[in-house]
Amino acid sequence: MVPVRLLMGAVDAPLRFVQRRLGIGGMATFFLLPNMLIFGIFVLLPFFINFAYSMTGGTALFLPDRSFVGGDQYARLFDCVNYTNPNSCAEDTFWTAVGNTAWFVVLQVTLMILFSLVTALILNRDLMARSFWRAVFFFPVLLSPVVVGLIWKWILQRQGLLNFGLYSLGLEPHTWLNDRNWSFAATVGVSIWAHMGFYTLILLAGLQAIPKDLYEAAEMDGTRPARAFWRITLPLLMPNLLVVIVLVLIRAVQIFDEIYVLTGGGPGTSTLYITQYIYETGFATQLRNPGLAAAASILMGAVLVVLTLVQLGLGRKGEKKGARK
Amino acid sequence: MSRLAEFIFRRRGRNGWHWTDIVTWVWLIGGLFIMFGPAVWLVGSSFKSPAALAEFPPTIMPYVTQKATVEGYDKPLDLYEVTLPDGSKKVLAEVRRIGIVSQMVAPEKPTEIVKVNIAERTPVRTMSFATSNYSEPFTHFDFVRYLWNSVFVTVTATVITLIVNSMAAFALSKYEFRGRTFAMLLILATLMVPLSVIMVPLYSIVSALGLFNNLWGVILPTVATPTGVFILRQYMLTIPDELIDAARMDKASEWQIYWRIILPLTAPALAVLAIFSVVWRWNDFLWPLIVLSRKELYTLQVGLSIYSGELNVQWHFILAMTVVTMIPVVLVFIFLQRFITTGIAGTGLK
Repeated sequence: MVPVRLLMGAVDAPLRFVQRRLGIGGMATFFLLPNMLIFGIFVLLPFFINFAYSMTGGTALFLPDRSFVGGDQYARLFDCVNYTNPNSCAEDTFWTAVGNTAWFVVLQVTLMILFSLVTALILNRDLMARSFWRAVFFFPVLLSPVVVGLIWKWILQRQGLLNFGLYSLGLEPHTWLNDRNWSFAATVGVSIWAHMGFYTLILLAGLQAIPKDLYEAAEMDGTRPARAFWRITLPLLMPNLLVVIVLVLIRAVQIFDEIYVLTGGGPGTSTLYITQYIYETGFATQLRNPGLAAAASILMGAVLVVLTLVQLGLGRKGEKKGARK
Repeated sequence: MSRLAEFIFRRRGRNGWHWTDIVTWVWLIGGLFIMFGPAVWLVGSSFKSPAALAEFPPTIMPYVTQKATVEGYDKPLDLYEVTLPDGSKKVLAEVRRIGIVSQMVAPEKPTEIVKVNIAERTPVRTMSFATSNYSEPFTHFDFVRYLWNSVFVTVTATVITLIVNSMAAFALSKYEFRGRTFAMLLILATLMVPLSVIMVPLYSIVSALGLFNNLWGVILPTVATPTGVFILRQYMLTIPDELIDAARMDKASEWQIYWRIILPLTAPALAVLAIFSVVWRWNDFLWPLIVLSRKELYTLQVGLSIYSGELNVQWHFILAMTVVTMIPVVLVFIFLQRFITTGIAGTGLK
């Protein structure tokens, strides 16, 4: 710690000079500057450049070298006879990815909410060693997506644990990740396994904030437990639940890391989701097309902005409710 | 709390088992197996030799077939326990197998070949942990290099995150200035711009700065986290302004106020952010995958994914490397889990 202290002390002298120049109020700018600079260069600038990028064509990397094509990239993405059939589209992989992502989001969000709500309700009971059980469900949240993908790839492979289980029960082993439907189901299941602990935690915090005298009062009135759940627990949990739903939605739309390692989008394009489409179009394929990738990423961004605004709106509503209490 | 829980899922009678009790325990025990089982299986598998990994059905513990060097044969031969026609059992070494007939020799009499039906022999196996899965990647895959890259990225990014975010949080919580609300909103807006939306132009900016294939290109875009600013600002708002006024009276400079007063008092929040940052940066995947294309720059996550995507996956190495990659996060889980869970429950941010 000594060198750090010396360094910080040495920084002080020139900063006193700066402070004399800027005044105390000006130092606020100084403190804010590094963050704003990094934020501006690596978040804000790319955000605005993205729009320009999506209106250019060719394979050149830097914006000044790229040719302006107007809305062509968007036109290409939307050039479709029938949006539900990707084969009728000019950019068929994009619509395959959109379709896959839509199915994934619907299934994953529903099941994720269901599982984390049930787990939170169970953890909220009078349990022995509750913090241990909470930790059990939280454990996969910290694992890296690559590790998650590899763990499950290892379990779902031909000689893996799942087939071993089936074999022990006298059932037929299966090559799960080579089957379009099973592979899709695996991406849903694995992403729930990896993240449900996180949402369980938020919901559990919400459940524990519900004042228990409400339940006592209901009990005195002879209310049945099921009715107490629908009339007390669920309404009071609603702010948390809505925030969780939107968070799950936002993350489900962007799903990439663990799926990329687990299935690589395959077999075929059955688990190709939108972020992987953007990544491959922009970086990974031989005929990369950054403009098209940028256009697709802006469309995804628009969806995310809507979802985030909904979340912020819900969060504010939740705060107001909290304040009234 | 106990009464509340009892009420939600009231038991039929104090000692009897209500159906909700059964559901609870089935769910918890099932959860225990489903959540920990896969990781435990991974660790167990990582100690198996390549031959044992290819086996089906797999064994729980790692076994290897015993081998013996027999005079007149270059390679060590596999040992089998053979049931001879007269019903006695004997350990023989297999020379070669033709169809269902195995040609075997007794290790002590290497000249005399015995023909045995393969149904009548079972391999002699002993439990053995293939620690070479862990030691060999260090020479095979530049594993030390990846480990070092990951550690460097994680530590550097976390230190910069703490400094830069705490400075910004200090400015946003303890100063009144024009544009403060604007700055707050701007940072808030970052939440809406995830990496997957801006990765194409961000790549061009990082390249223009000469940071492509450079670990700094992985570090810098991640350090100005809105989450960090929020956690720290919320905490700093609770520090009384009188402390700062008193320090100013004593002729402390603003930097000293930040460094000597605010930072030590923010230590708990800094600790939470540090834990989060370590886990985030250690686990980062998509951005390093884009920025790093030279092998010697890979982080652990990128290296693992590239090697596991190869046509001929060397699972015994991959599994061992995966376990090593898990270790820091598991340590965080064991020792610091409480900070993280309270952090998440408090802010709702990951």
